[in-house]
Amino acid sequence: MTDAAPASAAPILQARNIVKHFGHVEALRGADFSACAGEVTALIGDNGAGKSTLVKILSGVYAANSGEILLNGAPVRFSSPSDAHAAGIETVYQDLSVAPDLSPAANMFMGRERLRPGWLGRLGFLDNAAMRRESLQAFQRLKVSLKDMDTPIADLSGGQRQSVAICRAIMWAKNVVFMDEPTAALGVVQTGRTLDLIRRIRDTGVAIVLISHNMRDVLQVADCIEVLRLGRRIARMRNEGVTVQDLVGAMTGALDSQEEGAAA
Amino acid sequence: MTQTTTAPLAADPAQLSPPGLGRRLRGAMHSSPAYMTGILILLLLFFTFMRPNTFASAFNMRNIFLDASTLLVLSIGMTYVMIAGGFDLSIGSVLVFAGVAAAKTMEAMGTDTIFTVLVGLVVALIGGVAWGLFNGWCISRLRVSALITTLGSMGAALGISYLLTDGNDVRTVPTTLIAIGTGSLMGIPWLVLISAVFTVVGMVWLHMTRYGRHTYLVGSNAEAARRAGINVNNHLLSLYMLSGFLAGVAAMLSLGRFSTTTLEGHGTDPLEAITAVVLGGTSLSGGRGTIIGTVIGVFIPAVLANGFIIMGVAPFWQMVVIGFVVIAAVYVDQLKRQSRERG
Ligand SMILES: Nc1ncnc2c1ncn2[C@@H]1O[C@H](COP(=O)(O)OP(=O)(O)OP(=O)(O)O)[C@@H](O)[C@H]1O
Ligand SMILES: [Mg+2]
Repeated sequence: MTDAAPASAAPILQARNIVKHFGHVEALRGADFSACAGEVTALIGDNGAGKSTLVKILSGVYAANSGEILLNGAPVRFSSPSDAHAAGIETVYQDLSVAPDLSPAANMFMGRERLRPGWLGRLGFLDNAAMRRESLQAFQRLKVSLKDMDTPIADLSGGQRQSVAICRAIMWAKNVVFMDEPTAALGVVQTGRTLDLIRRIRDTGVAIVLISHNMRDVLQVADCIEVLRLGRRIARMRNEGVTVQDLVGAMTGALDSQEEGAAA
Repeated sequence: MTQTTTAPLAADPAQLSPPGLGRRLRGAMHSSPAYMTGILILLLLFFTFMRPNTFASAFNMRNIFLDASTLLVLSIGMTYVMIAGGFDLSIGSVLVFAGVAAAKTMEAMGTDTIFTVLVGLVVALIGGVAWGLFNGWCISRLRVSALITTLGSMGAALGISYLLTDGNDVRTVPTTLIAIGTGSLMGIPWLVLISAVFTVVGMVWLHMTRYGRHTYLVGSNAEAARRAGINVNNHLLSLYMLSGFLAGVAAMLSLGRFSTTTLEGHGTDPLEAITAVVLGGTSLSGGRGTIIGTVIGVFIPAVLANGFIIMGVAPFWQMVVIGFVVIAAVYVDQLKRQSRERG
């Protein structure tokens, strides 16, 4: 029913009726979600609405208590983050999920380290030069410049750490990139660049899911907006003629009676 | 605070190649192992200057290395565990247990050949790994803290050792093993050679392989490692098994050197190993550390104790000095962390 909004493409990733409890807390109470390839889908909602929880379920970090996930229309089960990675789904977590004591390259290849060719590789020896080179190429492609490639990323600024997390997700993603408040720690210039980056990646055909509390950013880049409230999706709309007031209204419940009302 | 981080231009070309030796050296100068190496060199110079004929003699140097060899092997395992953010207080008792198990087995065999020693070694290694498996299982599966788990197995392993021996040291160590424990190759004691091999292998494995990289990742941010698809629980399990394995190796070294199970002799081993690891710059919160630092951290107390004895200073001063030095080392580590967090 809430999928009634006109979509320009078939959704690449869909979630239906997701329920997730943490003890007595019902973080998600039958949430639906869908994201289309080559589009930016904004996922908005008040603090505690369940956005991060939904993202973690769709990234394989948490298992849902019930509900269904469809990738290209076929049901999938993510019992670990590796399953989601294998499905081409990458995530920039709200807490970044980086190892502060390790170098940018070590973070980019975390869990997917390149090994040396030949028998050294079979013994588990790392190809640090290749990982450093490929990381640097990824940073350059995305126009991110780090002052030092060989320092623990704890020594970088908060924004630079965020850039590393974003570049890592983009480097590996084939289908979907979730970004949980990727611009929260960024200044105005940085935020602008990140939004540009999001558009450029979208144009490569990847589905981007952007979580943000900044409605101006959302209206700038989103093709499609999904609103989550109290663990349920209560609206899905195309970003056509939508205003900040419409979004705030949907998030706080003022628009309850006209679920699809904001769609053009 | 949030500086502009993404520049419109491509990255600085200087970054394209890995840092040269000069830059790497300059970076290393500010690390804890570098300070500690400086302190070690100063100590060596000081004692050499004060007692050139006794302290700096080949015989005395050999003694320092010999004394440090068992602790070094234990400290390699402790370095891995602590880089992953863990702790292993049980290694001293596990060493004793492994030694008792090996000595009893060799006694029962009644032979005295290299084969006897090999069987003893296998028994010691199995004993050590079994305790490591127990520790790692409690820590990674039952989620009992590493401190409590290994404190518990520290008591349990020693208690079982006493039960197995009725509290009397086993002194029937085969002479083949004693020959290894007290012999040398081209003037270098076997024990020193063996511990050097374990140190080098431990260093290469930690710093150059995926296993080592995962050890750092687990210690730096276990949740991030899990989300990156690393099996954090299995990795922790294997680390405690590694620590137990090395305790088994150390047990054989100790048997060979002292020709007895030294039931009473290893109560402070874990604390000495932790001291060495911390002196070597391994962060208590995990994620950072080096084997070379641990080597330095083993030798500073060893040199200090030896130098004090030679100078006629009561060796107990070594304990006093090292105690305060450890506190200072951790304080400096915290200062560095705080300045990083502010920056
Ligand atoms: N690991 C957890 N254990 C217990 N409760 C949790 C856990 N994670 C989330 N919750 C609860 O689930 C609810 C949804 O949280 P979630 O983090 O998904 O919200 P959010 O929409 O991302 O909020 P924000 O905008 O503040 O990031 C909250 O009530 C939160 O307290
Ligand atoms: Mg959130």
